[in-house]
Amino acid sequence: MTNLLLEWIIKTLVILLILVTAVAYVTLMERKVMAWIQMRVGPNRVGLGKFKLWGLMQPLADGLKMIFKEDIIPLQANQWLYVLAPAISLVPALMTFIVIPYGSEITLFGRTIELHVTRLNVGLLYVLALTSVGVYGIVLAGWSSNNKYSLMGGLRSSAQMISYELALGLSIVSVVLYSGSLDLVEIVDAQRGFHGLAWNIFHYPLLILVFVIFYIASLAETNRTPFDLPEADSELVAGYHTEYSSMKFVMFQMAEYLNLITASSIATTLFFGGWNGPSVGRLPFLGPVYFTIKVLALIFLAMWIRYTVPRFRYDQLMRFGWKFLLPASIVNIIISSTVILFTR
Amino acid sequence: MGQEKLLFIIFAVIAIASALNILLQRNPLYSALSLIGTLVALSALYVTVRAEFIAAVQIVVYAGAIMVLFVFVIMLLNAPGNQLQLERQKGLRYLAIPFAGLMIAEMFYVVLSIRLSTLPPVPAANAEQAVGTTWSIGTSLFTDYLLPFEVTSVLILMAVVGAMVLARREGE
Repeated sequence: MTNLLLEWIIKTLVILLILVTAVAYVTLMERKVMAWIQMRVGPNRVGLGKFKLWGLMQPLADGLKMIFKEDIIPLQANQWLYVLAPAISLVPALMTFIVIPYGSEITLFGRTIELHVTRLNVGLLYVLALTSVGVYGIVLAGWSSNNKYSLMGGLRSSAQMISYELALGLSIVSVVLYSGSLDLVEIVDAQRGFHGLAWNIFHYPLLILVFVIFYIASLAETNRTPFDLPEADSELVAGYHTEYSSMKFVMFQMAEYLNLITASSIATTLFFGGWNGPSVGRLPFLGPVYFTIKVLALIFLAMWIRYTVPRFRYDQLMRFGWKFLLPASIVNIIISSTVILFTR
Repeated sequence: MGQEKLLFIIFAVIAIASALNILLQRNPLYSALSLIGTLVALSALYVTVRAEFIAAVQIVVYAGAIMVLFVFVIMLLNAPGNQLQLERQKGLRYLAIPFAGLMIAEMFYVVLSIRLSTLPPVPAANAEQAVGTTWSIGTSLFTDYLLPFEVTSVLILMAVVGAMVLARREGE
């Protein structure tokens, strides 16, 4: 019991450290990709002393800068909720990752260690539940700042997340129907075989359509362009975090990038075989490598979309969510159920 | 067993404290947030009795969707504390006493009739058929409780159609 507890604590800490570092470097990746798409160089100066290291120390410098910024709480703001809001948006974002498997199992110091923190038989619902709780951070930030732009950002965000959560949840149903489980570990295990390429998306070609719906909905859930209306710069200054500064602002940014990482990980797990890949059965340590590569590819896709697609108008966003994505995902469930009924 | 009991006490206290806070707060937004606290604590209690599905659905449906709408409406209206309305309904305050007494009597009746029993231990081999998992809930919904399930879905459909009719403007 104590050993198991220790293992959990160590795994959780390692995941936490990796996630926080990953968030820092995803921001650097975002700036580099943006620069590349816009034919610029991007941050390339911050290194160790004389060595520039292609700007790899930029996240560290950014972090230090943000810590030493002045922490401002507006006088007319609701003090309690203003301080609480960044935490509410960051904590669920960090919590989602414990159910995502990132490898099969490896032997370390004579112990067999499964490469996932824990498994729940409702793992997928757990992730959905946490994403739906995360919206409160944004909504409360918008309300407690006592600023019109912030309030507009918060309201838009809650409306957007309610609308797109439906399409997100319904698109996942098809995958659950094929896999027969809500446990993410089992969903990945079902995709083993055929030289590690029996991924859901190859196995069931219909899922390509589902993946497109899922990906669009998850972009909207993570408030990324073309769905970044809650923080539309040209209309709302910075939306819900207009009044925030210093580490509170960083916490919102971290939550946003964490959500991006989580969404990409879930997409990898559901559609692209999780940690499965060629010869992963013989070399288990390749699991996390494949997983990371796939997640990074999906994150790159999100960035690519961000810097090449213009922002939606608000009514277009709502119409698209309710009148296209939602019916499309319901039709998908019907087709998937019919296919399963006649093939099994 | 000791750990489970400790978790139960912690979350039960949180649930009751935030439930009281719903009533004691004058600001509607604080009441809504306390309600979310109660729902989250209840969901944690469901986990301690191994009803993970109910726990997750509780958060997804109530805390994640319905309460977001509540908070949305409160923020949109930005309702101030309605002191005036409270004063006007002073007569109702005396009506509350018998109703509260009735409620407490009812609660005692229910609590006293509960038999002290624990869940039967689940063998590891068919853990997914245990009470409270997705498998068992799905199975009983589509076999034993099929009629109530279908009737409920028709009821929800009626509500959706009703909302459409009410929200539609003339001439569209």
